[in-house]
Amino acid sequence: MTALQNVGAGFADPVFSAQSVFRLVLDAMAQSGRIAAVPDAASAPAGLDVASTAVALTLFDYETPLWLDPALRGVEAETYLRFHCGCPLVEDTQTAAFGLVTAPRYMPRLGEFSIGSDQYPDTSATLVIQTGGLADEGPIRLTGPGIKDSASVAIDGLPDWFWPDWDVNHGCFPTGIDLIFTSGNRVMCLPRSIKVEV
Amino acid sequence: MTVATNHNGGTESGYNFAYLDEQTKRMIRRCLLKAVAIPGYQVPFGSREMPLAYGWGTGGIQVTASIIGPDDVLKVIDQGADDTTNAVSIRHFFQRTADVATTEETEDATIIQTRHRVPETAMKEGQILVYQVPQPEPLRQLEPRETECRKIHGYAEYGLMHVKLYEDIARFGHIATSYSYPVLVNGRYVMSPTPIPKFDNPKMDSFPALQLFGAGREKRIYAVPPYTTVKSLDFDDHPFSVQKWDQACALCGAEDSFLDEVILDDRGRKMFVCSDSNYCEQRQAAGYSNPAAAADIAAYQLALQGEADA
Repeated sequence: MTALQNVGAGFADPVFSAQSVFRLVLDAMAQSGRIAAVPDAASAPAGLDVASTAVALTLFDYETPLWLDPALRGVEAETYLRFHCGCPLVEDTQTAAFGLVTAPRYMPRLGEFSIGSDQYPDTSATLVIQTGGLADEGPIRLTGPGIKDSASVAIDGLPDWFWPDWDVNHGCFPTGIDLIFTSGNRVMCLPRSIKVEV
Repeated sequence: MTVATNHNGGTESGYNFAYLDEQTKRMIRRCLLKAVAIPGYQVPFGSREMPLAYGWGTGGIQVTASIIGPDDVLKVIDQGADDTTNAVSIRHFFQRTADVATTEETEDATIIQTRHRVPETAMKEGQILVYQVPQPEPLRQLEPRETECRKIHGYAEYGLMHVKLYEDIARFGHIATSYSYPVLVNGRYVMSPTPIPKFDNPKMDSFPALQLFGAGREKRIYAVPPYTTVKSLDFDDHPFSVQKWDQACALCGAEDSFLDEVILDDRGRKMFVCSDSNYCEQRQAAGYSNPAAAADIAAYQLALQGEADA
């Protein structure tokens, strides 16, 4: 565990940075396939990109149990999140409101996270997945609410089972998990309503 | 009243930017993301007590307060008009608590908070339309129990709603619902479009801007992302249709806008004017008018003057 005096600073301006990052994420969630660039507003701890850190500071707090990638446990990033967000860390993927994944190749299967219930599908988990790279042209074709015709993207470093798992998740609609992909300072969202063809 | 810039940038001292505290904003923001991910589904949220009574747009205000930033340009309308009580007071609220720029021009606004209308001027990508919602549950008149409504939505068992529309046809020969006309969003959830006239329903379909809905008293948030199908419920042999007027706006002559009936006196005189004040003013500024109605109004004013003089 890192000593507190070594924990990096959070948002320089907690109110306006959180607001601007949220608007980018809201637009990205409403228009899946579009990639937004997060301003460099916080000092990211080792292992976390700028965008992942900004999303965490914007959305996580004491009300959101967090499943943290094993690669980040016991190191600076864990102390950083505990200190700045105050979010409880959980081992059990089913009780996590958020998952923060930095090694997607070794992450739990999508179905292990909570998909909510028929009557309360909003209680499902949201995963923040830090990837090797995001591009707004690529082999992954997206269709669904928020996308005018279709969108195409490329996402690096996902495991082989990922898109078949996503088909199952999308097929569960209205239950299902939602994803926020990050890479460097870039963010792209994939809500459960979006159909993916690879 | 002391007006000072507080450390978070708001103009009213003692309050956080845009009134709500940061923890409340985070909670609402998380709900908004889920609402966008499940178009038309009502997300429960911890609605806060606001400095105005329920029914005056507390839900819309909380949504706007959670998304608004210092660079936003806010427009607020009440039944289409920028200059009515609710619109003026909410616009003033955000001027004071968030120091944001405001406008009456639909094109210039980044966020439009609305009570019961969709602007006539087409909105575009990147804009956000925030609806104030009195009753988010489209089934409430048919099924008072929340637990049952949850099940109906959960299993998409919307037969009850179709029975209601059918009963309208059986009694009146047509579907008599003229506002809060239920819609099916993304082919899955039946949603209340809020008490907008059904005239506005077709605009919501494949709308380029993001639509957010906040119900403060009922503690629900829901959303329709851009380019999402929003279909007004109907039957093959009784297709959905919107209101039509045999008159044009008395001020700008518009024949394509939603008209309000304005009673002029107690002898049955009346005129029809655009409910969207900004749209009407833009048309008048561009030189559009309704000469017949103008002559009528002039004659009426002359008559009034005569009575006053007599």
